[in-house]
Amino acid sequence: MESAIEVKDLTKSYGEITAVDHINFEVKNGEIFGFLGPNGAGKTTTIRILTGVIKPNSGTAAIMGYSILKEPLKAKQIISVVPEMANAYIDLTAWQNLMLIGELYGVPKRKRQERAGHLLEEFQLYKRRNHLARGFSKGMKQKLILCMAMLTEPQVLFLDEPTSGLDVESARLIRDVIRQYNRDGTTIFLSTHNMEEANKLCDRTAIINHGKIAAIDSPENLRMKSSSLKSVEVSFNKSVPVNELSKIPNVAQAKKIGDKIRLYTDEPHIVINRLIDHAHSKGLTIISLNTLAPTLEDVFIKLIKEHKVD
Amino acid sequence: MVEDVFLEQLKRAFAIAKKDLRIYYRRGPVVIFGLIMPFFLFLAFFIGREMQIEQLFKGLLGMTVFFSCMSIGPAIVPFEARSRTLERLVSTPVSIWAIFIGDVTASFLYGILISVVPLVIGLVLGVNISHSLVLCLGVILAAFCFASFGVLLSAYPPTDVPSTVMMISNLVKFPLVFISGIFMSIHGWGRILASISPLTYFTDLVNYCTQGNSYYSVFVDFAALIGFTLIFLILAIKIHEKTLPERLS
Repeated sequence: MESAIEVKDLTKSYGEITAVDHINFEVKNGEIFGFLGPNGAGKTTTIRILTGVIKPNSGTAAIMGYSILKEPLKAKQIISVVPEMANAYIDLTAWQNLMLIGELYGVPKRKRQERAGHLLEEFQLYKRRNHLARGFSKGMKQKLILCMAMLTEPQVLFLDEPTSGLDVESARLIRDVIRQYNRDGTTIFLSTHNMEEANKLCDRTAIINHGKIAAIDSPENLRMKSSSLKSVEVSFNKSVPVNELSKIPNVAQAKKIGDKIRLYTDEPHIVINRLIDHAHSKGLTIISLNTLAPTLEDVFIKLIKEHKVD
Repeated sequence: MVEDVFLEQLKRAFAIAKKDLRIYYRRGPVVIFGLIMPFFLFLAFFIGREMQIEQLFKGLLGMTVFFSCMSIGPAIVPFEARSRTLERLVSTPVSIWAIFIGDVTASFLYGILISVVPLVIGLVLGVNISHSLVLCLGVILAAFCFASFGVLLSAYPPTDVPSTVMMISNLVKFPLVFISGIFMSIHGWGRILASISPLTYFTDLVNYCTQGNSYYSVFVDFAALIGFTLIFLILAIKIHEKTLPERLS
C-alpha cells in the first residue's frame, strides 16, 4: 500500500469556528510527514480526527486503507498516538501503564512483557519501572508515553508536539528514536510548531493555518520555492546607510541585522557583483559576504502571512 | 468472527476494569460517598432503636451494596476527562461500549467485595438466611444494576469536575434510599413511589431471604432488577457516546 494516510475534504467545526476547513493530503507509507502550523491552526484537531477521538463534520480519512469512520477498530489497531498533553495514568506504575496499553491492543502477555522491558531500557526508564508515573518529570512522562505508543509496534505513529517543553537531551533522544522507528518501517505523522524539528526530521511537510493547508512539499523544496526570500548578507569596514544599498538593482528589500546588512533578492549572484562594484566605487572594504537560502521559518512566516491576506 | 471480536472487546473491557480498580478505589470521593457517608447514615437510623437483627442486616446490606457499587462509576469519567487519559482510551482499539462495560465491571467488583463485609457481619450476628442462593444471586444482580446506574449518572452533564458528578449522584441516591424501604417498611401510596426504585426490589429480596416475607414475588424482584440493569446500561452507553465529543473537546 502506497498511502499510509489519506485525507479527503476533511472539515471540523465547533459552533461558528471552523477548526479544520476542507483539507486534503496524503502521507506515503514509510515517510515522516510534518504537520506544521501556529497555535490554533488545526493541527491537534486533525490528529484527533485521524486517531478516532473526534468525528469530522464532513470528509473522509483512511489509515492504511481503513476508514477511521467506518472501520475505527481496524484503523486504531494499527496506529498509536503520542498526544500533546502528557496522559499516562499517574496512579499506575510505568510497568502497569505499559501492560494496560498492551492489553487494550490485544498484545499477548509474553510479548508485551518483552517489549515493555526492551522499551523501558531503550528510554532509560527501566530502573523506575515500578514507580508511579505521578513522580516522573515531564521528560520521563513523555518518554513513558512514547514507550506506550511503541509497545504495540504501530504501522503509523501520530506524534503531537512530542518534544514541546522538554530539555535538550530528552528532545534529542525522542528525535533519535523517531528516526530509528521510521527506518524500521513505521510511518510517522509529526505535528509540531518547531521549524528546526520539521526541517531535521521530515521527508515532507504540510503547513496549516486557520484550518487550511497552505503548502505541502519537502522542507528543501518549500525553501527553494520561496525565491523571494533568498538573501545576501554583507558587512563593510565602515557603517553604510541601509537605504543606499536598497537602491542597488535587483534588491527587493534591505535590512540591518546587527553589524551586517541583509539584502533580499531572487538573483543573489547579480547582487553580489553589484555589491563589489558599489564597494569599489565608495572605497569600502567588504569584511564578510554570504548568500543565505530561506530557512523553513522564513517560508512558514511568509506562507502564514499570505494565508492571512487570502 | 463477530463472536471473536466481541470476546476480544470484553477482554479489553476487563483490562479497563482492572485499571479502574487499581486507580479509583482509594480516591477521596469514592471513600467518602461510597463508604463513610452511608455508614454514618446507617448508624443515624439504627442507633438507639430496638430492632430485629434481620431488620438491621437488611439496612446494612442494602446501604452497602447500593452505595459502594455507585461510588466508583460516577467518578471515573470526569477524573479521566480531566487528566486527559479518556482521550488516550478513546484512541485505542476499544469500542465505546467496551470502555463503559469496563467501568461498570470495576464498580460491580468493588461493590461485591465491600458487600462481603455486611454478609459476614450478618452471619456472625446470627442472622437467619433461609434462601442463601437467592440472596447471593440478588446481591450479584443488584450490584451490577447499581454499578450501571452509577456510570449512567456520570453521563450528563458532560463535565470533567468529579465533585459536580458526585453531587448530582447523591441528589439521586439519597431520595431513592428513603423510598426503597431500607430502613422501614413502606405502605399505601408510598409503594407506587417505591416501585420506581431498583433498590426496592433488592430490599424486597433481602426481606424474602431473611424474614421469609416479601411484597413482590422473587420472580418479579429478579425481573425488575434485570430490567433496570438493561435500561441503565443501554442508557449509560448511549448517552456517554453522545456526550463524549463534548467531553473531549
